[in-house]
Amino acid sequence: MTAESKLGCRANYFWSMNSPIVECRSISKKYGEIPALVNFDIDISAGEVFGMIGPDGAGKTTLFRILSTLILPDSGRAMVLGHDVVKDYRYIRKSIGFMPGRFSLYQDLTVEENLKFYASVFGVKIRDNYHLIKDIYSPLEPFRSRRAGKLSGGMKQKLALSCALIHKPMLLILDEPTTGVDAVSRKEFWDHLGTLQTDGMTILVSTPYMDEAQRCGRLAMVQKGHLLDIGKPDEIRSRFNGTLFQLTSSDRYQALLICRNSKQISSVHAFGQTLHLTLADGVQTEFVENLLIDQGIVEVVIHEIPPSIEDCFMQYLT
Amino acid sequence: MRTIAVLIRKEFTQIRRNRIMIPAMIIAPLIQMIILVYAANMNMRDIDFAILDEDGSATSINLISKYSSSPFFSLSGSVNSLDDAEKLLKGDKADLVIHIPPNFENSILNQEKADVQFLINGINSAAAVLTASYAQNILFDYNRQLIAGFSRPSSVSQGFGTIEVNYSHWYNPGLDFKIFMVPGILVVLVTLVGWLLMSLNVVREKELGTIEQINVTPIKKYQFLMGKLIPFWILAIIELGIGLTLGRLLFHVPILGSLWLLIAFTAIYLVTVLGFGLFIAAISETQQQVMFVNFFFVLVFILMSGIFTPVESMPDWAHYVNIINPLSYFMRVIRMILLKGSDFGDVWKEFLSMGIFGVVMITLSVRSYRKRV
Repeated sequence: MTAESKLGCRANYFWSMNSPIVECRSISKKYGEIPALVNFDIDISAGEVFGMIGPDGAGKTTLFRILSTLILPDSGRAMVLGHDVVKDYRYIRKSIGFMPGRFSLYQDLTVEENLKFYASVFGVKIRDNYHLIKDIYSPLEPFRSRRAGKLSGGMKQKLALSCALIHKPMLLILDEPTTGVDAVSRKEFWDHLGTLQTDGMTILVSTPYMDEAQRCGRLAMVQKGHLLDIGKPDEIRSRFNGTLFQLTSSDRYQALLICRNSKQISSVHAFGQTLHLTLADGVQTEFVENLLIDQGIVEVVIHEIPPSIEDCFMQYLT
Repeated sequence: MRTIAVLIRKEFTQIRRNRIMIPAMIIAPLIQMIILVYAANMNMRDIDFAILDEDGSATSINLISKYSSSPFFSLSGSVNSLDDAEKLLKGDKADLVIHIPPNFENSILNQEKADVQFLINGINSAAAVLTASYAQNILFDYNRQLIAGFSRPSSVSQGFGTIEVNYSHWYNPGLDFKIFMVPGILVVLVTLVGWLLMSLNVVREKELGTIEQINVTPIKKYQFLMGKLIPFWILAIIELGIGLTLGRLLFHVPILGSLWLLIAFTAIYLVTVLGFGLFIAAISETQQQVMFVNFFFVLVFILMSGIFTPVESMPDWAHYVNIINPLSYFMRVIRMILLKGSDFGDVWKEFLSMGIFGVVMITLSVRSYRKRV
């Protein structure tokens, strides 16, 4: 009996090393009548930075909360680190780091008090895992006796990440960690994630920023609880259907309206100051140029560009 | 244990940071005591009364002077008809009209029955009862004097003995309402500090989202709840100390019984009400909800606890409700211990009931609190 259970433990250990860190099998969750996740499947392997992108209400947060054992799925089975999120929630809570979308540390405690609090709650000493958070936490050191509520957005995120990391989790789940953070801090934040990945950490992160999606090892695009596509960013981009053109002109808005009404243009989206479009079979760029010039739009420049993740996403939505 | 200690330390750091909390804990009892003890005074003075004297005799004037010279009554005027008297009552100019009918003196002199009518404003029934009883007392006194005046030694009434009733009020000999009120206010204070502040605090964690971060840690349900309960349990006991000190200094409230017995009862009582507060916080999502639900229970419990009016005078159903009203137990026990000097032998039943309540409430709150939904 004892030998068997020991063996079972060991087997389990090996199993969890080789199998996915996160394994979701047809997870469904409804809030009232509104489905948040529908038969959702996903596998995340050790050492990955796995990104989830999708608009608000796509189901990202719901999935993260299920994986963090905060809510129960209606059906399906989710395993985190080889443990069932429903039955083995105790093990999972000890072994993952979770950073909710909203800043959830104590605003009336200082930077240092927050960090100490979460360290002691997990039964670790800051000293022991300081190497993990050194890069992230050291810019906060001068503000260690400042209340967390008084920090800037970027500093709050750093502190939250430090607190989520202090117990050396095996999986880090970050729900939109860079929302509302300035561009410089966002870049720094992703650099830190890169460093953590090099150290062997598995990271599951969601983001509304498409430029950040490019920095993920693998991506899942989700919409209304469904998985649209999954793969490496380059793979996803290579699956783009057709050739993508970028168009600049004197009047972006008029050009957009004209393009929308043309049957020869299969898709058009505003993209910053430019338009991104794909053409129907056999249609040449000259056609678009002439179409716009005929309508009195000048400075029309159109050329082919490689599709971005956002373009792919837009293609799935239309 | 260590986790609970960490949680308690965190809670106290937050309480210390809260700029309002500590001053409120000292100022609130001070103000409540001063205001409530003086304002909620049930001893009546200066009852405004008016005279409708249709007799106008020496006897009636004599009787009226008994009232106007009493510290409990102050004459606000005299009227000539019942209609005018009613006007005064309606206009709140007088709470009592003394109506002396014609032939009042004659009836007395002829040793017949003489009537006096009291018209009393009955809106506040308690005040009306007191007014009536004060007014009657003066009349009885006057009556006795009259009888004494008639019964000269030669008269036939010699053989009549009179039974005189003397009162001696134990435990509050001066019938000082303040002595009665201060322990009541202590009950309210201790309850508010513990129960309300704690359940607001728990729900605040839900509102701010900090509970989400806590829920993904290995902190166990009971640890989280104890981490909330214990700090406010300590605060409430400190509040009892502050309130008791103020009551002693300002109103010389007697502390006849054992202080330790009182603290012990408070400790058990607090477990019950804090457990109830945790339960309400567990089923509420916002501070607004928790405030509203708590307010309902606190108000009902306080009013039924016998803080102002004796529980004995409440209807039967109220007695049954009070079986589950922790405040009524505390109200009774604190007055017994402070004012009567009751010892454990006198209050062990209350201890037992509170202990059972405590266990039930804590179980309920632990069961209703969910670390996930």
